[in-house]
Amino acid sequence: MDNKSLVSIDDYTKEEILEVLAKAAEFEKNPNSNMLEGKVVSSLFFEPSTRTRLSFETAISRMGGKIVGFTDASSSSTTKGETLNDTIKMVSNYSDLIVMRHPIEGSARYASEVSDVPVINAGDGANQHPTQTMLDLYSIQKTQGTLENLNIFMVGDLKYGRTVHSLLMALSHFNPTFHFIAPKELEIPRAYKIFMDKNNIKYQEHTEFNSIINDADILYMTRVQRERFADPLEYEKVKNVYILKNDMLKDTRDNLRILHPLPRVNEIAVDVDANPKAYYFEQALNGVFARQAIIAKALDL
Amino acid sequence: MTKKKELQVRAIKNGTVIDHIPAELLFKVINILELDKCPTSVTIGNNYKSDMLGKKGIIKISEKFFEDDEINKISLITPNAKLNIIRDYQVVEKRVVEAPNKVEGIVKCMNPKCITNVEEVYTKFKVVNPSPITLKCHYCEKITDEKNIRIK
Repeated sequence: MDNKSLVSIDDYTKEEILEVLAKAAEFEKNPNSNMLEGKVVSSLFFEPSTRTRLSFETAISRMGGKIVGFTDASSSSTTKGETLNDTIKMVSNYSDLIVMRHPIEGSARYASEVSDVPVINAGDGANQHPTQTMLDLYSIQKTQGTLENLNIFMVGDLKYGRTVHSLLMALSHFNPTFHFIAPKELEIPRAYKIFMDKNNIKYQEHTEFNSIINDADILYMTRVQRERFADPLEYEKVKNVYILKNDMLKDTRDNLRILHPLPRVNEIAVDVDANPKAYYFEQALNGVFARQAIIAKALDL
Repeated sequence: MTKKKELQVRAIKNGTVIDHIPAELLFKVINILELDKCPTSVTIGNNYKSDMLGKKGIIKISEKFFEDDEINKISLITPNAKLNIIRDYQVVEKRVVEAPNKVEGIVKCMNPKCITNVEEVYTKFKVVNPSPITLKCHYCEKITDEKNIRIK
């Protein structure tokens, strides 16, 4: 296994997180370089994810690297029955770094054990999506000036929302207080409660989405995804419960910023966009800088 | 009232006796410990009367003394099993099995979307809680709890 891989956000220590965030700030000042000159990066998207892929490919291009790969599994040999093991073994011979998105959970860890070159996980099913977490952390640090001692409110699908899980793990280094706002069906999974209890991290669970957000420094909204529900009735019941509207923000803190991993459907009303506390579009741009920093670290540049 | 202390299975001279195995789990325990590959004599008994379990199984393995991480594998399914270490027909040590720190290759991950259930991948778990035993998959990072432990 190559320990330069980034599979899960807890592969990074607190120091490494801070180091990568500092690097991301440098990339924001000077995004264009030739750090990746002569390097080939494999971009393996076994399921389509336009946003993440374009962000990675922009990051690689701005660093002067070349990209090979595919954008969904139908154009790879997976359709011929090739195992992930074989695909990764082959690709790791061709390239200096692998960026992989795969629908199966744990596929990224497995790929990192099979590969001779570092693997960056660009999402493995409902499991981890650490580069999203790094851009979330970068956005939080940039808007709050710190990552320490913040009141973090997470809203929506906390059961299946992997961005929520990874962000929770990462912020646990920085003495946060979490508030989880979700319907019972979508509450934060047990594994994470065990983790927070073990690490003495303060958290509260709520089912009401109301003025409790007045204490928030960060409001992290997520989409309730139809495809996560086996029973369509269950989805209909919860899909419109947690919608953020502009008038809910009038008594919130000045430093509050609203984050969302995007794409949004209806969970943030459009009238919020004009509020200076809305940060989700800037947040997406931060993704390029965060990914440049992650790539640089993976390749020891 | 005195209990009749008659042995239900013949004694061994040196080795290990695993007692208080729930009868229905006996063969799983044999598999986990890979006793089919054991070169010394193994005595296996099942469906003996037990006050604690109703019916129990017992395994006596001659000339075999288990390492902790070897024997602790069976705690996944039989947390109450007792070990008697025998030397020269005497019980020299009694032990209970303990939850191991990690579990490799024995248990199936309960997450159907886990890579270990899709491709030929050797399973690995961290034991995040010893009792009730709770396992966290090294790959998909999901929890497999006691109720859902399935032996491969």
